Amino acid sequence: MATGFHGVGAAVAALSSSPSNSFDSKKLLCSPRRSFPVRKGASFVVDRSDGSVNLDNNPKARRAQQLIVNAVANKADSSPASSSSKPGHELLLFEALREGLEEEMDRDPRVCVMGEDVGHYGGSYKVTRGLAEKFGDLRVLDTPIAENSFTGMGIGAAMTGLRPVVEGMNMGFLLLAFNQISNNCGMLHYTSGGQFTIPIVIRGPGGVGRQLGAEHSQRLESYFQSIPGIQMVACSTPYNAKGLMKAAIRSENPVILFEHVLLYNLKERLPDEDYICNLEEAEMVRPGEHVTILTYSRMRYHVMQAAKTLVNKGYDPEVIDIRSLKPFDLHTIGNSVKKTHRVLIVEECMRTGGIGASLTAAITENFHDYLDAPIMCLSSQDVPTPYAGTLEEWTVVQPAQIVTAVEQLCK
Amino acid sequence: MALSYLRSSSSRSVNLLKPLSSSLPLRRPISTDTTPITVETSVPFTSHQCDAPSRSVETNPKELLTFFRDMALMRRMEIAADSLYKAKFIRGFCHLYDGQEAVAVGMEAAITKKDCIITAYRDHCTFIGRGGTLLEVFAELMGRQAGCSKGKGGSMHFYKKDSNFYGGHGIVGAQVPLGCGLAFAQKYSKDETVTFALYGDGAANQGQLFEALNISALWDLPAILVCENNHYGMGTAEWRAAKSPAYYKRGDYVPGLKVDGMDALAVKQACKFAKEHALKNGPIILEMDTYRYHGHSMSDPGSTYRTRDEISGVRQERDPIERIRKLILSHDLATEEELKDIEKEVRKEVDDTITQAKESPMPEPSKLFTNVYAKGLGVESFGADRKEVRATLP
Repeated sequence: MATGFHGVGAAVAALSSSPSNSFDSKKLLCSPRRSFPVRKGASFVVDRSDGSVNLDNNPKARRAQQLIVNAVANKADSSPASSSSKPGHELLLFEALREGLEEEMDRDPRVCVMGEDVGHYGGSYKVTRGLAEKFGDLRVLDTPIAENSFTGMGIGAAMTGLRPVVEGMNMGFLLLAFNQISNNCGMLHYTSGGQFTIPIVIRGPGGVGRQLGAEHSQRLESYFQSIPGIQMVACSTPYNAKGLMKAAIRSENPVILFEHVLLYNLKERLPDEDYICNLEEAEMVRPGEHVTILTYSRMRYHVMQAAKTLVNKGYDPEVIDIRSLKPFDLHTIGNSVKKTHRVLIVEECMRTGGIGASLTAAITENFHDYLDAPIMCLSSQDVPTPYAGTLEEWTVVQPAQIVTAVEQLCK
Repeated sequence: MALSYLRSSSSRSVNLLKPLSSSLPLRRPISTDTTPITVETSVPFTSHQCDAPSRSVETNPKELLTFFRDMALMRRMEIAADSLYKAKFIRGFCHLYDGQEAVAVGMEAAITKKDCIITAYRDHCTFIGRGGTLLEVFAELMGRQAGCSKGKGGSMHFYKKDSNFYGGHGIVGAQVPLGCGLAFAQKYSKDETVTFALYGDGAANQGQLFEALNISALWDLPAILVCENNHYGMGTAEWRAAKSPAYYKRGDYVPGLKVDGMDALAVKQACKFAKEHALKNGPIILEMDTYRYHGHSMSDPGSTYRTRDEISGVRQERDPIERIRKLILSHDLATEEELKDIEKEVRKEVDDTITQAKESPMPEPSKLFTNVYAKGLGVESFGADRKEVRATLP
């Protein structure tokens, strides 16, 4: 995969200096097909999952208490026919996560948050800032540094019906809780013959950051993907971050929500209405004809960067953010493969045993007849992530490599 | 053997009077008499950072006879499981609890079904204590769909949600953080109930236990950690695994109590004390000094790391069922005959249930894919080959 590195510096610089990568709300046009929310006028209708509490009908009062730092306020109008949510509010990704979390905590008293520094400190990435003051110490719990046991405690609490959201300060730390996540979280529903559901959400930032070193740059989705009984989703934009967070909390299954350290400062305009994103659905980022590029999390942005170059060169890539890492949305992916006949997977996991490896296998088995070329998978190198900046760049897939790969595929 | 003991200790006249008194009331299967009787525990409690409860335990004939019957049932069940394992009806791992029955029955006597119990893999008797039926036990052990986990869990995964029995866990020590999580949920819902998280002397050296204990003490959770110390962690004696085998003191700032785990009444007293303590003051550790007659599991003969004399010595002197039998006989709550009848009845019940369980069907193949995810997903599941085997999850 290590083809030319031209333009690497420029591409990386471009991404790194754009915290305000605002993607406008055209995404709303491709709102999920099988999504739950039904918007009726100005009231916030929330879909009801089994037995959960209905919402509060005073969203404006609630919103007034929220700490929306960067929002462009537009609450005054209560226009009923807001079918396109042009008036929305701008949020950074971590604020979107917080908004989703807060709305769910308001909606259901059984939702609680536990993790290191989530309470009084406000969260190491500020996702839980303000929540402890609002909800108190019993619902936003500062834990000691004991991942194995507090993940276990979250699972134990979930067995009784509480809905904890467990935060790993960095996803890599959850390796210490692997036993609890694999054996208890994933398997208890099965081994108890269906007696217990574990409606827990385990979330945290992972992925390769900015020279954070090998142990803090891990991609745990490749380790967790085999665990039966869990769902894994990866968010990439403020819109889907909030939507996936809410859907994950409402789900009766254990969900692991993968965030990325470098994406927390993305800004986007979010609708005012209540919405959730389907946990098992992929997102069509850019429809196209020539090649299907499957990606998720931060690599989506590298792909979109490469897509600009590719469009200039005359290619028409179809970019899909798979979002659901377990189970794969083979419906969306399959339709795309049937259209373009060429697949490129761009991921941040390592080559061996990563999400791309499983996705390659899944597509080959199911859609082999539709492929005109072997599936190409661009992944990170099978090395511990080095500290040196240049080496770290070469570990991860860069837009120039994506362009080269598409050119090769479409030859 | 108990009979000879009794005859030598009690006076002849009592024995002569026996036929008269037993003919007056008609056959009394389980006495419903609840007049309190006070019994002293075998040994006093040893405490750490707290005041030990009194040695005098209040009980009544009904309770004692219930103890006897329940423990006899558990003992019979475990011995039957032994034979079933050797006859290859039960496969995999089978960890038997005989010798430790007093812990299960004593604990149940002190708490309600709203309190939670979670334990490790030696869970057959605890499950019965929580209200599970014999059929569920044997069917699950044999992998039938009538089992408590529909045959998909096995010996190490017994659960009974409606009576707050949370299992049934195979990985040593992993149930302790879960138990503290249960206690957290109880505090969260302000239930005024407690959680008993049981573990063994082997698990007492697990780090996650101390992590969970720290968090429980910090957040004042109503968690009671119960170490069922049968002195052997699989094949390793406790003195070879633990620098400090005083497990009740391991909590340091958390109070602890050491209890004779072969005395059901001492267990009852300790659990009652612990429940009151936990509701007011947060976590407490109980160490039950108990013993298992079988090896660690069915693949362990149990005699390579301990002598047969030791095993039979404990059986002679400290057997929990014998203790209750002596108590019953000395307080004249039932005759030798009646107790033997209870045991015969229990044996028959176990045998009948085994026959019934043997006839119950295996789970359907389509059940392979059920309960992987909770209802409502509608996801399609593929078999490993992705083509042949397909099921839509409910």
